[in-house]
Amino acid sequence: MKAARRGVVPLLGAAIFLLVWEVGVRTLGVRPILLPPPSLIVEELAASPGWFAVQTAYTLGITLAGFAVAVVFGVLFAVAIVEWKILDRLLFPLFVALNSVPKVALAPLFLIWFGTGAEPKIAIAFLIAVFAVVIDTALGLQSVPPDTIDLAKTLRGSRLKVLLRIKLYCALPHLFAGLKVAMSLALVGAIVGEFVSSQRGLGYVILTAQGTFDTPRVFAAIVILAVLGVALIAMIEAIERVALPWHHANSHRME
Amino acid sequence: MIAASDVVKRYGDADGVTALQGVSLDIAEGEFISLVGPSGCGKSTFLRCLAGLEAPTGGRLQLDGAPIDGPPERLGMAFQRDALLDWFDVLENVLLPADFGGYGKKKYEARARQLLQMVGLDGFARAYPRALSGGMRQRVAICRSLLLDPRLLLMDEPFGALDALTRDQINVDLHRLWTKHRMTVVFVTHSITEAVFLSTRVVVFTPRPGRVVADIAIDLPSERKLAMRETPEFGVYTSRIRGLFEQMGLIHD
Repeated sequence: MKAARRGVVPLLGAAIFLLVWEVGVRTLGVRPILLPPPSLIVEELAASPGWFAVQTAYTLGITLAGFAVAVVFGVLFAVAIVEWKILDRLLFPLFVALNSVPKVALAPLFLIWFGTGAEPKIAIAFLIAVFAVVIDTALGLQSVPPDTIDLAKTLRGSRLKVLLRIKLYCALPHLFAGLKVAMSLALVGAIVGEFVSSQRGLGYVILTAQGTFDTPRVFAAIVILAVLGVALIAMIEAIERVALPWHHANSHRME
Repeated sequence: MIAASDVVKRYGDADGVTALQGVSLDIAEGEFISLVGPSGCGKSTFLRCLAGLEAPTGGRLQLDGAPIDGPPERLGMAFQRDALLDWFDVLENVLLPADFGGYGKKKYEARARQLLQMVGLDGFARAYPRALSGGMRQRVAICRSLLLDPRLLLMDEPFGALDALTRDQINVDLHRLWTKHRMTVVFVTHSITEAVFLSTRVVVFTPRPGRVVADIAIDLPSERKLAMRETPEFGVYTSRIRGLFEQMGLIHD
């Protein structure tokens, strides 16, 4: 009952929002070119679902690829700077400086380097997403309680064992917080990449529809992006629940 | 086994904090020594020096005739907070020393299960620490510290966070484990009763900077029962230690 209500209430909020939008636009006589009513957006989506699916798949592919590279590189980089203080002092200030450059400004440069295929878009998605992964993973690796560090020392464990058995596990909750941020940012990066140059993807859809003042189509793409964003975050939360079973324990694995 | 003479530990520079001011103490193999004293008297610092987690800034601290310059071999340690790893189940936590030492977890699994059985936790081998109570967690931590059959067991106020009943039971369990294994134990506690109940010797520290003010051998029957705490002989020891605390101005009536 309670769980059912938890699921229903946000949906109710969305339903009210859509209803106010629909009724407001119709009664005030707002032209669809400025703000189309939800019904028109649905019509737009229903008119060519296959085409939208193809564009969505392209953007999703770019996002996931950029995200995956950001996770692999980000975690390795975080481990490196936490394990070797010299690397921390050598590379971290540079990394922070690079991050303070607006990454969108680098997009044109990536076109020169990587051409007009998927690569420059993946690179932008990666670049925007990686910072969150590095910062949160590094924070997590350093969040080992003092008693646990002492324990590891008295057990005379190797650095590798301390990393694999203790530090990485301590970092996992932080890592997942970072992954959620990184996933949203990778999606932003993918859209930015498609804005700059593309013949495919939802960013391309928005840009070309805007060129012909096809506002319902712009909104259709935005709706898909919103749903995509929510779905990707939900996916990470689902993985988190599987990956951190001890976080939801009263679980008592039976012998 | 352990020889400390004039051990000094200072933090910071000349106007820093002096935690230990000339601690001299000899500990023989197989003793159960309790260190008691007020909070911040440096007894935990002394224990950390024994564990090789901190280095004294003065004096001599030796184990088997060699200076302690890092965690010694065959050391078991129990901490104030149990320091269990939440992401491993109970059995894996107990097996951690074998894993870290590279002795192979498989070889020690039978011993781990046997230790868990001795403290009444055999049904919880596959439970995560989060599902256990404070007393159960601390029992797991003790099993972990005993896995490799340590020669030296250092315990830093391990039962401070437990309720009185649980604490009594775990004291009995610990005493039984010590009677069986006869490892050397250095036990830091705030509780005078606990110290007298468990120990062969109780060492009293002054407030900071810590020094040894009394070294009392506990001559009680080796089989310790909780009821023993109500006997006059037991009372003689506790009131003597409490008297020392009063003399130092730590407690008033």
